[in-house]
Amino acid sequence: MEETLKLIFPYVVVLIGVLLAFQGVLMIVAYTVLGERKVLGWIQGRVGPNRVGPWGVLQPFADLLKFIFKEDIVPNESSKFIYYLAPMIALTCALMPIVVYPFGPTITTIDWSFLPYGIAEGVHMLRLVIAHIDVGVLFVLAITSVGVYGIMLAGWSSNSKYSLMGGLRSSAQMISYELAMGASVIGVVILAGSLDLTEIIRAQMGSPWYMRWFIIPQFIGFVVFLISAFAETNRVPFDLPEAETELVAGFHTEYSALKFALFFMAEYVNMFTVSMMATVLFLGGWYVPGLSHIFDVGSVPYALISIGAFVGKVIGFLFLYIWIRGTLPRFRFDQLMNFGWKFLLPLGLANLIGTIVVVFFLNR
Amino acid sequence: MVSTALFFLFAGFAIMCAISMVYHKNPLYSAISLVGVFISLACIYVTLAAPFIAIVQILVYAGAIMVLVVFVIMLLNLDDEPKSSRLKYLYALGGGLGLVLLAQTLFVVYAVSRTPNQAIDPNATVGNTIDIGRAMYTDYLLPVEIVGVMLLMAIVGSVVLARRLSQPALELVIDNEEERRSEELTS
Repeated sequence: MEETLKLIFPYVVVLIGVLLAFQGVLMIVAYTVLGERKVLGWIQGRVGPNRVGPWGVLQPFADLLKFIFKEDIVPNESSKFIYYLAPMIALTCALMPIVVYPFGPTITTIDWSFLPYGIAEGVHMLRLVIAHIDVGVLFVLAITSVGVYGIMLAGWSSNSKYSLMGGLRSSAQMISYELAMGASVIGVVILAGSLDLTEIIRAQMGSPWYMRWFIIPQFIGFVVFLISAFAETNRVPFDLPEAETELVAGFHTEYSALKFALFFMAEYVNMFTVSMMATVLFLGGWYVPGLSHIFDVGSVPYALISIGAFVGKVIGFLFLYIWIRGTLPRFRFDQLMNFGWKFLLPLGLANLIGTIVVVFFLNR
Repeated sequence: MVSTALFFLFAGFAIMCAISMVYHKNPLYSAISLVGVFISLACIYVTLAAPFIAIVQILVYAGAIMVLVVFVIMLLNLDDEPKSSRLKYLYALGGGLGLVLLAQTLFVVYAVSRTPNQAIDPNATVGNTIDIGRAMYTDYLLPVEIVGVMLLMAIVGSVVLARRLSQPALELVIDNEEERRSEELTS
Protein backbone atom coordinates (compact mmCIF):
# COMPACT_ATOMS: atom_id res chain seq x y z
CA MET A 1 0.00 0.00 0.00
CA GLU A 2 2.64 2.47 1.09
CA GLU A 3 4.89 1.40 -1.74
CA THR A 4 2.15 1.99 -4.28
CA LEU A 5 1.42 5.40 -2.80
CA LYS A 6 5.09 6.30 -2.97
CA LEU A 7 5.20 5.14 -6.54
CA ILE A 8 2.24 7.18 -7.72
CA PHE A 9 2.99 10.24 -5.59
CA PRO A 10 5.13 12.06 -8.21
CA TYR A 11 2.50 11.42 -10.87
CA VAL A 12 -0.23 12.79 -8.63
CA VAL A 13 1.85 15.90 -8.00
CA VAL A 14 2.36 16.40 -11.75
CA LEU A 15 -1.34 15.85 -12.39
CA ILE A 16 -2.33 18.43 -9.79
CA GLY A 17 0.25 20.79 -11.25
CA VAL A 18 -1.14 20.37 -14.75
CA LEU A 19 -4.72 20.94 -13.60
CA LEU A 20 -3.77 24.04 -11.59
CA ALA A 21 -1.69 25.44 -14.44
CA PHE A 22 -4.43 24.98 -16.99
CA GLN A 23 -7.02 26.50 -14.66
CA GLY A 24 -4.72 29.43 -13.99
CA VAL A 25 -3.98 29.97 -17.65
CA LEU A 26 -7.62 29.79 -18.65
CA MET A 27 -8.54 32.31 -15.94
CA ILE A 28 -5.76 34.66 -17.07
CA VAL A 29 -6.92 34.22 -20.65
CA ALA A 30 -10.52 35.01 -19.72
CA TYR A 31 -9.43 38.17 -17.99
CA THR A 32 -7.09 39.08 -20.85
CA VAL A 33 -10.18 39.25 -23.03
CA LEU A 34 -11.88 41.52 -20.52
CA GLY A 35 -8.70 43.58 -20.14
CA GLU A 36 -8.42 43.91 -23.88
CA ARG A 37 -11.96 45.23 -24.19
CA LYS A 38 -11.42 47.64 -21.30
CA VAL A 39 -8.08 48.95 -22.57
CA LEU A 40 -9.36 49.27 -26.14
CA GLY A 41 -12.30 51.16 -24.69
CA TRP A 42 -10.00 53.61 -22.93
CA ILE A 43 -7.80 54.02 -26.00
CA GLN A 44 -10.87 54.84 -28.08
CA GLY A 45 -12.44 57.06 -25.43
CA ARG A 46 -15.15 54.60 -24.42
CA VAL A 47 -15.95 52.89 -21.14
CA GLY A 48 -15.77 49.23 -22.15
CA PRO A 49 -17.88 46.43 -20.64
CA ASN A 50 -19.31 47.53 -17.29
CA ARG A 51 -22.74 45.86 -17.02
CA VAL A 52 -21.98 42.33 -15.74
CA GLY A 53 -20.74 42.54 -12.18
CA PRO A 54 -18.91 45.50 -10.65
CA TRP A 55 -16.56 47.10 -13.21
CA GLY A 56 -17.54 44.29 -15.60
CA VAL A 57 -15.50 41.62 -13.83
CA LEU A 58 -18.00 38.85 -14.56
CA GLN A 59 -18.07 39.59 -18.28
CA PRO A 60 -15.85 36.58 -19.25
CA PHE A 61 -18.30 34.16 -17.62
CA ALA A 62 -21.24 35.79 -19.34
CA ASP A 63 -19.38 35.45 -22.64
CA LEU A 64 -18.65 31.80 -21.96
CA LEU A 65 -22.29 31.03 -21.12
CA LYS A 66 -23.31 32.73 -24.33
CA PHE A 67 -20.84 30.62 -26.32
CA ILE A 68 -22.19 27.44 -24.75
CA PHE A 69 -25.86 28.18 -25.33
CA LYS A 70 -25.57 29.47 -28.89
CA GLU A 71 -26.80 27.23 -31.69
CA ASP A 72 -24.03 25.09 -33.16
CA ILE A 73 -24.25 25.37 -36.95
CA VAL A 74 -22.26 22.92 -39.07
CA PRO A 75 -22.10 23.59 -42.83
CA ASN A 76 -23.55 20.71 -44.86
CA GLU A 77 -20.76 20.65 -47.41
CA SER A 78 -17.93 20.65 -44.89
CA SER A 79 -15.58 17.72 -44.30
CA LYS A 80 -17.07 16.81 -40.94
CA PHE A 81 -14.19 14.95 -39.31
CA ILE A 82 -11.57 17.61 -40.04
CA TYR A 83 -14.10 20.34 -39.31
CA TYR A 84 -14.49 19.00 -35.77
CA LEU A 85 -10.79 18.19 -35.42
CA ALA A 86 -9.43 21.64 -36.34
CA PRO A 87 -10.52 23.64 -33.25
CA MET A 88 -9.28 20.83 -31.00
CA ILE A 89 -5.85 20.90 -32.65
CA ALA A 90 -5.73 24.68 -32.36
CA LEU A 91 -6.48 24.78 -28.63
CA THR A 92 -4.40 21.70 -27.74
CA CYS A 93 -1.33 23.04 -29.50
CA ALA A 94 -1.85 26.40 -27.85
CA LEU A 95 -2.10 24.90 -24.35
CA MET A 96 0.66 22.29 -24.58
CA PRO A 97 3.75 24.56 -24.38
CA ILE A 98 2.58 25.87 -20.99
CA VAL A 99 3.94 22.80 -19.19
CA VAL A 100 7.60 23.50 -19.91
CA TYR A 101 7.82 27.10 -18.64
CA PRO A 102 9.41 27.50 -15.21
CA PHE A 103 7.21 30.05 -13.44
CA GLY A 104 9.15 30.27 -10.19
CA PRO A 105 12.32 29.19 -8.40
CA THR A 106 12.77 25.81 -6.73
CA ILE A 107 11.39 25.79 -3.17
CA THR A 108 13.66 23.88 -0.81
CA THR A 109 12.55 24.92 2.67
CA ILE A 110 9.17 23.19 2.98
CA ASP A 111 9.22 20.16 5.32
CA TRP A 112 7.20 17.51 3.53
CA SER A 113 7.01 15.12 6.50
CA PHE A 114 3.48 16.27 7.37
CA LEU A 115 2.17 14.19 4.46
CA PRO A 116 0.80 10.79 5.62
CA TYR A 117 2.55 7.42 5.12
CA GLY A 118 5.81 9.19 4.39
CA ILE A 119 4.92 9.29 0.71
CA ALA A 120 7.06 12.37 0.20
CA GLU A 121 10.12 10.71 1.63
CA GLY A 122 13.19 11.73 -0.30
CA VAL A 123 11.44 14.78 -1.74
CA HIS A 124 13.58 17.79 -0.85
CA MET A 125 12.43 20.41 -3.23
CA LEU A 126 9.43 21.61 -5.16
CA ARG A 127 10.26 22.69 -8.67
CA LEU A 128 7.88 25.31 -9.94
CA VAL A 129 7.77 23.84 -13.43
CA ILE A 130 5.45 21.07 -14.50
CA ALA A 131 7.59 19.18 -16.99
CA HIS A 132 11.31 19.79 -16.95
CA ILE A 133 12.48 19.03 -20.50
CA ASP A 134 16.10 19.40 -21.59
CA VAL A 135 15.08 20.90 -24.88
CA GLY A 136 12.29 23.19 -23.68
CA VAL A 137 12.91 25.88 -26.30
CA LEU A 138 12.70 23.39 -29.14
CA PHE A 139 9.58 21.84 -27.62
CA VAL A 140 7.82 25.19 -27.67
CA LEU A 141 8.88 25.88 -31.27
CA ALA A 142 7.80 22.39 -32.37
CA ILE A 143 4.36 22.60 -30.80
CA THR A 144 3.86 26.10 -32.18
CA SER A 145 4.70 24.86 -35.66
CA VAL A 146 2.14 22.06 -35.36
CA GLY A 147 -0.46 24.64 -34.29
CA VAL A 148 -0.65 25.86 -37.90
CA TYR A 149 -2.69 22.77 -38.74
CA GLY A 150 -5.61 23.93 -36.63
CA ILE A 151 -6.08 27.10 -38.66
CA MET A 152 -5.18 25.57 -42.00
CA LEU A 153 -7.57 22.63 -41.65
CA ALA A 154 -10.32 24.87 -40.34
CA GLY A 155 -9.97 26.97 -43.48
CA TRP A 156 -10.00 23.97 -45.79
CA SER A 157 -12.72 21.87 -44.16
CA SER A 158 -15.29 24.67 -43.95
CA ASN A 159 -15.61 24.54 -47.74
CA SER A 160 -16.01 28.28 -48.05
CA LYS A 161 -13.87 30.65 -50.09
CA TYR A 162 -13.38 33.11 -47.24
CA SER A 163 -12.29 30.36 -44.89
CA LEU A 164 -9.92 28.89 -47.46
CA MET A 165 -8.31 32.26 -48.18
CA GLY A 166 -7.92 32.88 -44.46
CA GLY A 167 -6.39 29.46 -43.90
CA LEU A 168 -3.95 29.88 -46.79
CA ARG A 169 -2.89 33.32 -45.67
CA SER A 170 -2.44 32.17 -42.13
CA SER A 171 -0.30 29.18 -43.00
CA ALA A 172 1.88 31.21 -45.37
CA GLN A 173 2.30 33.85 -42.67
CA MET A 174 3.10 31.42 -39.89
CA ILE A 175 5.62 29.47 -41.98
CA SER A 176 7.36 32.71 -42.95
CA TYR A 177 7.61 34.22 -39.50
CA GLU A 178 8.58 30.96 -37.79
CA LEU A 179 12.00 31.28 -39.43
CA ALA A 180 12.65 34.78 -38.13
CA MET A 181 11.43 33.70 -34.70
CA GLY A 182 13.76 30.70 -34.70
CA ALA A 183 16.70 32.87 -35.73
CA SER A 184 16.03 35.30 -32.88
CA VAL A 185 15.66 32.49 -30.34
CA ILE A 186 18.96 30.85 -31.35
CA GLY A 187 20.82 34.04 -30.37
CA VAL A 188 19.57 33.65 -26.80
CA VAL A 189 20.34 29.93 -26.83
CA ILE A 190 23.94 30.67 -27.84
CA LEU A 191 24.38 33.21 -25.03
CA ALA A 192 22.83 30.90 -22.44
CA GLY A 193 24.57 27.81 -23.80
CA SER A 194 21.51 25.65 -23.27
CA LEU A 195 18.13 24.76 -24.73
CA ASP A 196 16.75 24.28 -21.23
CA LEU A 197 14.45 27.12 -20.14
CA THR A 198 15.56 26.79 -16.50
CA GLU A 199 19.19 27.13 -17.57
CA ILE A 200 18.33 30.15 -19.72
CA ILE A 201 16.82 31.87 -16.68
CA ARG A 202 19.84 30.92 -14.57
CA ALA A 203 22.13 32.46 -17.17
CA GLN A 204 20.29 35.76 -16.70
CA MET A 205 20.69 35.82 -12.91
CA GLY A 206 23.34 37.81 -11.08
CA SER A 207 24.22 41.44 -11.00
CA PRO A 208 24.03 43.88 -12.58
CA TRP A 209 20.69 42.76 -13.93
CA TYR A 210 20.66 45.25 -16.78
CA MET A 211 23.73 43.52 -18.22
CA ARG A 212 22.46 40.00 -17.59
CA TRP A 213 18.96 40.08 -19.00
CA PHE A 214 19.20 39.07 -22.63
CA ILE A 215 17.05 41.97 -23.74
CA ILE A 216 20.21 44.16 -23.66
CA PRO A 217 22.80 42.00 -25.48
CA GLN A 218 20.09 40.58 -27.74
CA PHE A 219 18.07 43.73 -28.32
CA ILE A 220 17.78 43.17 -32.08
CA GLY A 221 16.83 39.57 -31.39
CA PHE A 222 14.19 40.79 -28.94
CA VAL A 223 12.64 43.12 -31.52
CA VAL A 224 12.66 40.38 -34.17
CA PHE A 225 11.14 37.93 -31.69
CA LEU A 226 8.42 40.36 -30.66
CA ILE A 227 7.42 41.19 -34.25
CA SER A 228 7.38 37.57 -35.35
CA ALA A 229 5.45 36.65 -32.20
CA PHE A 230 2.74 39.11 -33.24
CA ALA A 231 2.65 37.46 -36.65
CA GLU A 232 2.66 33.93 -35.22
CA THR A 233 -0.33 34.65 -33.01
CA ASN A 234 -2.26 36.34 -35.85
CA ARG A 235 -2.63 39.57 -33.91
CA VAL A 236 -2.91 43.13 -35.16
CA PRO A 237 -1.06 44.41 -37.21
CA PHE A 238 -0.63 40.93 -38.71
CA ASP A 239 -4.21 39.67 -38.35
CA LEU A 240 -4.67 39.12 -42.07
CA PRO A 241 -6.11 35.60 -41.66
CA GLU A 242 -9.19 37.19 -40.15
CA ALA A 243 -9.22 40.54 -41.93
CA GLU A 244 -12.92 41.21 -41.60
CA THR A 245 -13.14 43.79 -44.37
CA GLU A 246 -12.00 41.26 -46.98
CA LEU A 247 -12.62 37.82 -45.54
CA VAL A 248 -15.65 38.18 -43.21
CA ALA A 249 -13.89 36.40 -40.34
CA GLY A 250 -11.21 34.43 -42.17
CA PHE A 251 -10.61 30.82 -41.23
CA HIS A 252 -13.32 30.70 -38.56
CA THR A 253 -16.11 32.20 -40.68
CA GLU A 254 -18.10 28.95 -40.63
CA TYR A 255 -17.53 28.14 -36.97
CA SER A 256 -20.12 28.95 -34.37
CA ALA A 257 -20.85 28.47 -30.68
CA LEU A 258 -18.31 26.51 -28.65
CA LYS A 259 -16.14 25.57 -31.64
CA PHE A 260 -15.61 29.25 -32.35
CA ALA A 261 -14.89 29.75 -28.66
CA LEU A 262 -12.10 27.17 -28.92
CA PHE A 263 -10.40 29.18 -31.68
CA PHE A 264 -10.94 32.37 -29.73
CA MET A 265 -9.38 30.85 -26.62
CA ALA A 266 -6.54 29.37 -28.66
CA GLU A 267 -5.64 32.83 -29.95
CA TYR A 268 -5.46 34.28 -26.44
CA VAL A 269 -3.63 31.26 -25.01
CA ASN A 270 -1.11 31.66 -27.83
CA MET A 271 -0.68 35.30 -26.87
CA PHE A 272 -0.09 34.20 -23.30
CA THR A 273 2.45 31.49 -24.12
CA VAL A 274 4.35 33.77 -26.47
CA SER A 275 4.46 36.40 -23.71
CA MET A 276 5.81 33.78 -21.33
CA MET A 277 8.44 32.84 -23.90
CA ALA A 278 9.50 36.48 -24.29
CA THR A 279 9.66 36.85 -20.49
CA VAL A 280 11.78 33.73 -20.04
CA LEU A 281 14.11 34.40 -22.95
CA PHE A 282 14.65 38.13 -22.63
CA LEU A 283 13.48 39.43 -19.26
CA GLY A 284 15.02 36.88 -16.92
CA GLY A 285 11.85 34.87 -16.29
CA TRP A 286 10.85 34.91 -12.62
CA TYR A 287 14.13 36.48 -11.50
CA VAL A 288 13.80 39.65 -9.39
CA PRO A 289 17.09 41.56 -9.04
CA GLY A 290 18.23 41.95 -5.45
CA LEU A 291 15.50 39.81 -3.92
CA SER A 292 18.00 37.26 -2.61
CA HIS A 293 19.32 39.95 -0.21
CA ILE A 294 15.91 40.22 1.47
CA PHE A 295 14.67 36.62 1.51
CA ASP A 296 16.58 33.34 1.50
CA VAL A 297 16.81 31.68 -1.89
CA GLY A 298 14.48 28.70 -1.87
CA SER A 299 12.15 30.03 0.82
CA VAL A 300 8.42 30.37 0.28
CA PRO A 301 8.15 34.20 0.25
CA TYR A 302 11.04 34.36 -2.23
CA ALA A 303 9.15 31.96 -4.50
CA LEU A 304 5.86 33.81 -4.11
CA ILE A 305 7.37 37.17 -5.00
CA SER A 306 9.18 35.58 -7.95
CA ILE A 307 5.93 34.07 -9.23
CA GLY A 308 4.32 37.48 -8.87
CA ALA A 309 7.17 39.06 -10.84
CA PHE A 310 6.82 36.43 -13.57
CA VAL A 311 3.09 37.00 -13.90
CA GLY A 312 3.67 40.76 -13.84
CA LYS A 313 6.19 40.62 -16.69
CA VAL A 314 3.85 38.40 -18.71
CA ILE A 315 0.96 40.80 -18.12
CA GLY A 316 3.22 43.63 -19.29
CA PHE A 317 3.65 41.83 -22.61
CA LEU A 318 -0.09 41.15 -22.83
CA PHE A 319 -0.70 44.86 -22.30
CA LEU A 320 1.76 45.60 -25.11
CA TYR A 321 -0.28 43.33 -27.39
CA ILE A 322 -3.49 45.17 -26.57
CA TRP A 323 -1.84 48.58 -26.80
CA ILE A 324 -0.54 47.81 -30.29
CA ARG A 325 -3.95 46.49 -31.31
CA GLY A 326 -5.43 49.80 -30.30
CA THR A 327 -2.76 51.76 -32.16
CA LEU A 328 -1.70 50.21 -35.45
CA PRO A 329 -3.68 49.50 -38.64
CA ARG A 330 -3.43 46.22 -40.50
CA PHE A 331 -0.71 45.41 -43.06
CA ARG A 332 -1.44 44.47 -46.64
CA PHE A 333 -0.58 40.86 -47.44
CA ASP A 334 2.30 41.57 -49.85
CA GLN A 335 3.72 44.06 -47.35
CA LEU A 336 3.57 41.37 -44.69
CA MET A 337 5.40 38.83 -46.85
CA ASN A 338 8.03 41.33 -48.01
CA PHE A 339 8.59 42.49 -44.45
CA GLY A 340 8.97 38.96 -43.15
CA TRP A 341 11.29 37.59 -45.82
CA LYS A 342 13.24 40.64 -46.93
CA PHE A 343 13.65 42.52 -43.67
CA LEU A 344 12.94 40.48 -40.57
CA LEU A 345 14.63 37.21 -41.56
CA PRO A 346 17.88 38.87 -42.79
CA LEU A 347 17.91 41.02 -39.66
CA GLY A 348 17.47 37.95 -37.46
CA LEU A 349 20.20 36.07 -39.32
CA ALA A 350 22.57 39.04 -39.14
CA ASN A 351 21.94 39.26 -35.41
CA LEU A 352 22.60 35.53 -35.12
CA ILE A 353 25.90 35.71 -37.02
CA GLY A 354 26.97 38.76 -35.00
CA THR A 355 26.20 36.91 -31.76
CA ILE A 356 28.16 33.87 -32.90
CA VAL A 357 31.20 35.99 -33.80
CA VAL A 358 31.13 37.93 -30.51
CA VAL A 359 30.68 34.80 -28.39
CA PHE A 360 33.46 33.06 -30.30
CA PHE A 361 35.96 35.85 -29.64
CA LEU A 362 34.85 36.30 -26.01
CA ASN A 363 35.29 32.61 -25.26
CA ARG A 364 38.75 32.30 -26.78
CA MET B 1 6.11 -1.86 -17.76
CA VAL B 2 4.63 1.57 -18.24
CA SER B 3 6.98 2.25 -21.13
CA THR B 4 5.98 -1.03 -22.80
CA ALA B 5 2.31 -0.12 -22.52
CA LEU B 6 3.04 3.34 -23.92
CA PHE B 7 5.04 1.80 -26.75
CA PHE B 8 2.12 -0.40 -27.76
CA LEU B 9 -0.28 2.53 -27.48
CA PHE B 10 1.76 4.80 -29.74
CA ALA B 11 2.83 1.99 -32.08
CA GLY B 12 -0.79 0.99 -32.53
CA PHE B 13 -1.74 4.59 -33.22
CA ALA B 14 1.11 4.90 -35.73
CA ILE B 15 0.02 1.77 -37.58
CA MET B 16 -3.62 2.92 -37.57
CA CYS B 17 -2.63 6.27 -39.02
CA ALA B 18 -0.39 4.61 -41.61
CA ILE B 19 -3.20 2.34 -42.77
CA SER B 20 -5.60 5.26 -42.98
CA MET B 21 -2.96 7.21 -44.93
CA VAL B 22 -2.73 4.48 -47.56
CA TYR B 23 -6.46 3.84 -47.82
CA HIS B 24 -7.91 7.34 -47.92
CA LYS B 25 -8.90 8.53 -51.36
CA ASN B 26 -8.70 12.20 -50.38
CA PRO B 27 -5.07 13.39 -50.43
CA LEU B 28 -5.66 15.81 -47.56
CA TYR B 29 -6.88 13.06 -45.25
CA SER B 30 -3.82 11.02 -46.21
CA ALA B 31 -1.55 13.94 -45.36
CA ILE B 32 -3.21 14.41 -41.97
CA SER B 33 -2.83 10.69 -41.26
CA LEU B 34 0.86 10.97 -42.11
CA VAL B 35 1.16 13.77 -39.56
CA GLY B 36 -0.43 11.40 -37.04
CA VAL B 37 2.24 8.79 -37.89
CA PHE B 38 5.03 11.32 -37.33
CA ILE B 39 3.62 12.48 -34.01
CA SER B 40 3.19 8.94 -32.67
CA LEU B 41 6.74 8.12 -33.78
CA ALA B 42 7.92 11.18 -31.85
CA CYS B 43 6.05 9.90 -28.78
CA ILE B 44 7.87 6.56 -29.12
CA TYR B 45 11.20 8.41 -29.25
CA VAL B 46 10.25 10.18 -26.02
CA THR B 47 9.62 6.85 -24.29
CA LEU B 48 13.08 5.77 -25.52
CA ALA B 49 14.61 8.75 -23.67
CA ALA B 50 15.55 10.68 -26.79
CA PRO B 51 13.61 13.94 -26.40
CA PHE B 52 15.82 15.87 -28.81
CA ILE B 53 15.20 13.48 -31.68
CA ALA B 54 11.50 13.34 -30.85
CA ILE B 55 11.16 17.11 -30.96
CA VAL B 56 13.21 17.44 -34.14
CA GLN B 57 10.93 14.82 -35.67
CA ILE B 58 7.89 16.97 -34.90
CA LEU B 59 9.61 20.23 -35.82
CA VAL B 60 10.94 19.08 -39.19
CA TYR B 61 8.41 16.54 -40.43
CA ALA B 62 5.12 17.50 -38.83
CA GLY B 63 5.84 21.21 -38.50
CA ALA B 64 7.62 22.05 -41.73
CA ILE B 65 7.45 19.42 -44.47
CA MET B 66 3.87 18.28 -43.95
CA VAL B 67 2.65 21.85 -43.55
CA LEU B 68 4.03 22.57 -47.03
CA VAL B 69 2.47 19.38 -48.39
CA VAL B 70 -0.95 20.26 -46.96
CA PHE B 71 -0.51 23.81 -48.23
CA VAL B 72 0.10 22.58 -51.77
CA ILE B 73 -2.83 20.14 -51.60
CA MET B 74 -5.09 22.98 -50.49
CA LEU B 75 -3.84 25.23 -53.30
CA LEU B 76 -4.21 22.61 -56.03
CA ASN B 77 -7.60 21.44 -54.77
CA LEU B 78 -7.09 17.91 -56.10
CA ASP B 79 -10.20 15.97 -56.98
CA ASP B 80 -10.55 12.23 -56.78
CA GLU B 81 -8.25 10.89 -59.48
CA PRO B 82 -9.73 8.33 -61.87
CA LYS B 83 -8.21 4.90 -61.59
CA SER B 84 -5.65 4.27 -64.29
CA SER B 85 -4.27 1.01 -65.61
CA ARG B 86 -0.89 1.94 -64.18
CA LEU B 87 -2.15 0.77 -60.80
CA LYS B 88 -1.92 -2.91 -61.83
CA TYR B 89 1.85 -3.18 -61.95
CA LEU B 90 2.13 -0.81 -59.02
CA TYR B 91 0.27 -3.40 -56.93
CA ALA B 92 2.89 -6.00 -57.86
CA LEU B 93 5.72 -3.55 -57.16
CA GLY B 94 4.22 -2.59 -53.81
CA GLY B 95 3.77 -6.23 -52.85
CA GLY B 96 7.39 -6.97 -53.69
CA LEU B 97 8.68 -4.00 -51.73
CA GLY B 98 6.45 -5.03 -48.82
CA LEU B 99 8.00 -8.48 -48.82
CA VAL B 100 11.51 -6.95 -48.80
CA LEU B 101 10.51 -4.75 -45.86
CA LEU B 102 9.04 -7.71 -44.01
CA ALA B 103 12.24 -9.71 -44.55
CA GLN B 104 14.26 -6.77 -43.27
CA THR B 105 12.10 -6.50 -40.15
CA LEU B 106 12.42 -10.21 -39.47
CA PHE B 107 16.19 -9.93 -39.89
CA VAL B 108 16.30 -7.06 -37.37
CA VAL B 109 14.25 -9.09 -34.90
CA TYR B 110 16.58 -12.04 -35.42
CA ALA B 111 19.69 -9.89 -35.00
CA VAL B 112 18.33 -8.32 -31.83
CA SER B 113 17.46 -11.73 -30.37
CA ARG B 114 21.05 -12.85 -31.04
CA THR B 115 22.72 -9.93 -29.24
CA PRO B 116 23.51 -10.68 -25.60
CA ASN B 117 21.45 -8.84 -23.01
CA GLN B 118 23.31 -5.94 -21.51
CA ALA B 119 22.45 -3.93 -18.46
CA ILE B 120 21.59 -0.36 -19.39
CA ASP B 121 24.33 2.07 -18.46
CA PRO B 122 22.57 4.80 -16.49
CA ASN B 123 25.28 7.31 -17.39
CA ALA B 124 24.85 6.78 -21.11
CA THR B 125 23.06 9.81 -22.49
CA VAL B 126 22.61 9.01 -26.14
CA GLY B 127 19.66 11.28 -26.79
CA ASN B 128 21.22 14.33 -25.16
CA THR B 129 21.53 17.54 -27.12
CA ILE B 130 25.19 18.04 -26.26
CA ASP B 131 26.15 14.51 -27.26
CA ILE B 132 24.25 14.74 -30.52
CA GLY B 133 25.88 18.07 -31.33
CA ARG B 134 29.35 16.81 -30.45
CA ALA B 135 28.90 13.65 -32.51
CA MET B 136 27.59 15.62 -35.48
CA TYR B 137 30.51 18.06 -35.56
CA THR B 138 33.30 15.58 -34.80
CA ASP B 139 32.65 11.98 -35.82
CA TYR B 140 30.09 12.65 -38.51
CA LEU B 141 31.38 15.97 -39.80
CA LEU B 142 31.63 14.88 -43.44
CA PRO B 143 28.01 13.64 -43.76
CA VAL B 144 26.79 16.83 -42.08
CA GLU B 145 28.80 18.96 -44.50
CA ILE B 146 27.54 16.97 -47.49
CA VAL B 147 23.94 17.34 -46.36
CA GLY B 148 24.50 21.06 -45.83
CA VAL B 149 25.90 21.54 -49.33
CA MET B 150 23.06 19.51 -50.83
CA LEU B 151 20.45 21.59 -49.04
CA LEU B 152 22.17 24.76 -50.23
CA MET B 153 22.08 23.41 -53.79
CA ALA B 154 18.38 22.68 -53.41
CA ILE B 155 17.71 26.22 -52.17
CA VAL B 156 19.70 27.82 -55.00
CA GLY B 157 18.00 25.54 -57.52
CA SER B 158 14.51 26.40 -56.31
CA VAL B 159 15.36 30.11 -56.37
CA VAL B 160 16.59 29.78 -59.96
CA LEU B 161 13.42 27.91 -60.96
CA ALA B 162 11.05 30.32 -59.24
CA ARG B 163 12.93 33.52 -60.07
CA ARG B 164 11.07 36.28 -61.84
CA LEU B 165 12.16 37.29 -65.29
CA SER B 166 14.04 40.55 -65.58
CA GLN B 167 11.89 43.53 -66.49
CA PRO B 168 12.47 43.70 -70.32
CA ALA B 169 12.02 39.93 -70.72
CA LEU B 170 8.89 40.04 -68.58
CA GLU B 171 7.45 42.86 -70.70
CA LEU B 172 8.19 40.84 -73.84
CA VAL B 173 6.26 37.87 -72.43
CA ILE B 174 3.35 40.08 -71.42
CA ASP B 175 3.29 41.75 -74.85
CA ASN B 176 3.23 38.38 -76.61
CA GLU B 177 0.44 37.19 -74.35
CA GLU B 178 -1.65 40.31 -74.95
CA GLU B 179 -1.12 40.04 -78.68
CA ARG B 180 -2.22 36.42 -78.62
CA ARG B 181 -5.35 37.27 -76.66
CA SER B 182 -6.34 40.13 -78.94
CA GLU B 183 -5.90 37.83 -81.95
CA GLU B 184 -8.11 35.27 -80.27
CA LEU B 185 -10.74 37.93 -79.66
CA THR B 186 -10.69 39.20 -83.26
CA SER B 187 -10.71 35.77 -84.89
